[in-house]
Formats: sequence, C-alpha cells, structure tokens
Amino acid sequence: MPELNLIQAINSAIREEMRRDSKVVVFGQDVGHFGGVFRATQGLQEEFGEERVFDTPLSEIGIIGTAIGMAIYGLKPVPEIQFADFIYPAFDQVVNELSKMRYRSAGCITCPMVIRTPFGGGIRGGHYHSQSPEAYFAHTAGIKVVIPSNPYDAKGLLTASLRDDNPVLFMEPKRLYRASRGEVPDKSYTIDLGTAHTIREGTDITLISYGAMVPLALRAAKQAENEYGLSMEVIDLRTLIPYDVKTVIDSVRKTGRAIVVHEAPKTCGFGAELAATISEKALVHLEAPVYRVTGFDTPFPYSHEKHYLPTTGRIIQAAQDSLSF
Amino acid sequence: MLQVLSAEGIVQNGQSIPSLAPKKILELYRLMLLNRRIDERMIKLQRQGRIAFYVGSIGEEAATIGSAAALEKTDWIVPAYRELGAALLRGYTLQELCNQLFGNSQDTFKGRQMPSHYSLPHLHYASVSSPVGTQIPHATGLALGAKLTGKKDIALVYFGDGATSTGDFHAAANFAGSLMAPVIFLCRNNQWAISVPVDRQTANPSLASKAVAYGFEGVCVDGNDALAVYNATRDAAEHARQGHGPVFIEAYTYRLTGHSTSDDPRSYRDDEEVRLWEGRDPLKRLRLYLVSEGHWNEKKDRALEAEIKDAILSAIRKAEAHGPPPIDTIFTDVFDKRPWNLKEQQAELERSLGALAIEPTA
Repeated sequence: MPELNLIQAINSAIREEMRRDSKVVVFGQDVGHFGGVFRATQGLQEEFGEERVFDTPLSEIGIIGTAIGMAIYGLKPVPEIQFADFIYPAFDQVVNELSKMRYRSAGCITCPMVIRTPFGGGIRGGHYHSQSPEAYFAHTAGIKVVIPSNPYDAKGLLTASLRDDNPVLFMEPKRLYRASRGEVPDKSYTIDLGTAHTIREGTDITLISYGAMVPLALRAAKQAENEYGLSMEVIDLRTLIPYDVKTVIDSVRKTGRAIVVHEAPKTCGFGAELAATISEKALVHLEAPVYRVTGFDTPFPYSHEKHYLPTTGRIIQAAQDSLSF
Repeated sequence: MLQVLSAEGIVQNGQSIPSLAPKKILELYRLMLLNRRIDERMIKLQRQGRIAFYVGSIGEEAATIGSAAALEKTDWIVPAYRELGAALLRGYTLQELCNQLFGNSQDTFKGRQMPSHYSLPHLHYASVSSPVGTQIPHATGLALGAKLTGKKDIALVYFGDGATSTGDFHAAANFAGSLMAPVIFLCRNNQWAISVPVDRQTANPSLASKAVAYGFEGVCVDGNDALAVYNATRDAAEHARQGHGPVFIEAYTYRLTGHSTSDDPRSYRDDEEVRLWEGRDPLKRLRLYLVSEGHWNEKKDRALEAEIKDAILSAIRKAEAHGPPPIDTIFTDVFDKRPWNLKEQQAELERSLGALAIEPTA
C-alpha cells in the first residue's frame, strides 16, 4: 500500500470518484491548471478536462451559489473555498440556501455537494488563514460537517462525503496536509459518516478531539502515561454533524472523565455541545466536570500562535484538574 | 425601450407581433387575468386573517408571464417571490397553490414555508426564497450545469431592482459572463424595493446597462407589454441557447400594490404615481389589442372572469377544509435520514404534547 500525505489522499479520493462518477465537477479559485494553492486538485484538470475541473472568478458567493444551481441540475459539485477564513461571504448561501433546500422543498430538491475547505492554525497564517469556524456550521440544520485527522481517514471520509445524498462541509486540517503521512489504498473505500474512531483505549480519562488536535491529543495521552501512569482513551470524532454520540457516551461511562480538545474558541465551540450532551446522558458516571482545552475567545493571534493553540501541557493540566476535582 | 403595444393596445410602428397563434396570445391573457384575480383574492384572505401572508405581482403579470412563455419547458425558471404567473404557466395548479398558502396537510411542502414559497422542480421551476438576490447565482449554476453536460437547456432568473444592489447579483452576473453560462437575467424593475425607490438603489438610471460591466448585452423592455417582453426573452433565449452567453433584460414595470400584505404603500409613495401606472396596466393593454384584432370581446371576458372566480373560491374552500400536516414533518427532510439527535428531539416533543394532553395533529 502506498504511503501518502493527507493532501495526496484527498487528491486521490477526488480522482477516484471523478473516474467513477461523471457527475462530479471540481471548481473554485486556482483549482484548475494550478491545482489549488495546497495542490489538492493537482493533475485533475489534466485528466478530466476543463469542463469538469475549472477556475472561477474570485467570489465565494459565486462559487457556492453556482454550485447550488449545478447540484439542482443534477451534477455533484465539489467547490473549494481556499481557506475556511474566506467562507463568510458565502455564509448565507450555505446556511439559508444550500442547507435548507431539502427541508424547504419537502425533499423535492436536494443539493448533495461537498464543500472542501482547509482550516485551522499552526502554519503562521494569522487571523485570516488560521480560523476554525466549524461551530457555525455545526449549528446549522441541514449540512453535515466532516473533519479527518489522517490520510487514510481523509480518503475514506471524503469518498463517503462524495457519495452522500446531503450537503457536506469537508474541513481539512491544513497543518497536517504534509505533516501527516500514512498508508492509503489506491482503490476507493468509504468510512461511514457519523462514526467516531477510538484510536487509543484507556480507562482513566476520555479525550475527545478532531482534525489537527487528534495527533496532539495522542501525544498528550502517551506523555501522560509515561510521566504519570495515566490511561487516557482518545476518540477521533471524524464527523461533527451528525456525531457518534454512542462512542462518546460509552467511553465517558467507562472512564468517568472527559476532556474535549479543539482549536476553535471556547465559548459556544463544539466542546460546549459535547459537554452538555455528556452531562445529559452520563452525569451519574462523571467524577469531574467535562473540561475543554481550546483556542481562546480572541481573534487568532499571529506572534503568539503557539500559546493560542492547545498544547500537550494544557491537556495534561486539564487531566490533573479532572483527577483532583 | 422595446415596446410592441402602446398603453392603448395599439401596435407600434415597425414592431412585430410575436409569431404566436392567437390562441397562444389568448392563453397569455388568461394566465395574466388568473394571476391578477388570485392576487386580489389572496390579499383579501390575508386581511380576513385566513392566511398569514401573501406576496403578489399586481401590475407585473406581463413581465413574468410574457417572459416565461418564451422559454422551452425544460429551461429552468429561477424565481424570486413575485412570479406566480410563471409557475401557473408551467402548470402549477390553483389547488396546489391554495394548499401551500394554508400550509395544510395536503401541502406538497408539508407546511414548512410561509405563503407564496413553493419549489416546483418537476416543472423546472426552482425554489422561492425570501432573501433578495440569493437565487441569482443558482441560475448561473443551472445554466452551467446544462452547458457542462452538453444540454441545450438555459436558465432564466427573476429578481427586482433592489436585487441589483446585492453581492449575489454581482457574483452571478460576473460568473455567467466569465464562464459563458446560458442564462437570462430578468430584472423586474418595478421601481420600489418595499419603500425604497430605485434611484436610491443606484445612481445609474439604466439597470440594463449594468450588463456591460460583465461583458454581455443588456436590453430594456416595456415590462407592461407582454408581447414586447415575449420578443425580448425569445431573442435572449436564442442567443443563450446558441452558446453566445448571458443576456440581461430590464423589464420596466411598476408594483401597483404593496410589497406584500405587510406594508401600506400609501405611506411611502404618491397616489398620483400609482394612478399614472394604473393607466399602463398590462392586462388592459393586452385585452385592448385582442379586442381590436377580433379575438376577444366583453362577453368572453365576463365568462372567463366567472370561471376564474369559481375556480379560486372552490380551491380555497377545499384547502381550508384540511388541518395542518402531521407533527413529525417538523423533523423530516433535514437530511435524507433522521440522525439520532432529531429522533430524540421528536420524542421529546411528542412526550411534552402527551403530557399536556394536546393531541398531535393527524
């Protein structure tokens, strides 16, 4: 099995699906001849032609709005928003139009599509190239939110998203694009949306995370074991909407403690949703409050990026707070 | 400004009547009258508190019906919210409309949307939306979909003068020009965006001229002249279908009543202006033409009026007799399948309705 990095796995997923399904079309800014600023669509125009892989004028409203029309016509659009930080001009198209088309038409019109967008910090990108806006979309009825943390999952989840009958926002942790490598099959395969992956079994504390925070959580778990003899279970959520509530709750019932790790700001972040659900469904099993290790409720800072982003130190601190509660 | 018929229904010098059989022109007239009488009746219904809201198109029937008539049935119509006429032309029935207005158990859209918001993809008529301008890029996408798959379909999108101020309009027009999408941008310039006049939307007195900035042609047509609107749309459709790209049509018209049932236009504009435009009524104009050509007379008009009135009242009676849709329709069609949280929330609602001894409907 070839070893690919995360961006190559994404490229492979799109390529395989375009070979399988002639309805799949890819477009956005710089995705055509250039192959995307992160190279996610490299070589696709060469293989599938300018009809199916093309550059658009520079407007997020136009990219998503046009994609909606193409989906109504029966195509499977895969628009790219170059950075998640740039998606806000298209927010209305995503929230009011795309995500509500099935409901408002009572199922007469569906708009299956996959909006791909890189997100998250750790690349010295500052405020405009580092944000994690997943909570806005997780709060939006009618769109799935999927976030991979490694190349194997990226290909399987993206392929599943491309075959899903609903709109999917596929958020790619850009700092893992090249940093994360792993074995990825050549052929297509899918990972069911809505299924989390328990990547490390443990008995003392449940760490719940997604995206680029998953390898961090794993490092923290290993460090906690080595230094403090703690047994941490690590769950990679993989899909935020709909998320795998059973895996989360079963784990918390077992460990009695939970910490959520994400880069997005704390207040009303996805961790708040998880904490609330855990308290509703597993309160009597909890030995301590659910802790959140997250970005701060500030804009994303440039020079102090490493202090804004969660660290293994903060995760272990939260674990100690939980144990000493 | 392109005009075939004067306000008195007289064919203007050098103008050509569309090559439509008189029967087809009579059908346009019938639809325009039906549209007018539906609007008038539904406004009354809202005043009586029987429906919550209504948005009509009184004075603009020629702009919508004249344009929709010039398309093929598989061409996509992308509506704003004032194009019932185009839906009727495509085959949307009075009964379906009334069921939607009442949000009853027979409503195709399961009572999810406020009145006048329907989606008719089986008629190649997209989904009505309230936010202004958001539908315009969808039309560019539909047109591109046809182009990329080698089909001859085109798309026509309706919007008002206010929508030309939105980013969505700009993005859609720019995408269409750049990507050569076969789309017709049909702007019903009815001169008022609720209470704001068109000269506050833009310093440019010609909306049609906006097309120039996007690299395609814009034309201005008398929007109260069904035959002129038909001719302009037919030409634009041919242009788009032959692969020459988009066209912008400004249909110059006037909204004779309020924006919707929620405003009183007397509070923001002069009666004199309204009276001037009542003299340019699109229905009167087409009727005078048909009478002068010997295709129509008062007797036929009275019979048609009676037939339309009966049909409307009967459809309202039937719609009003049905209760609301079943309560589980709140939770379906969010996704293709209900995820766990929606199942839980439905159970929560059903439990609370049971506890309060309120019967779930149907």
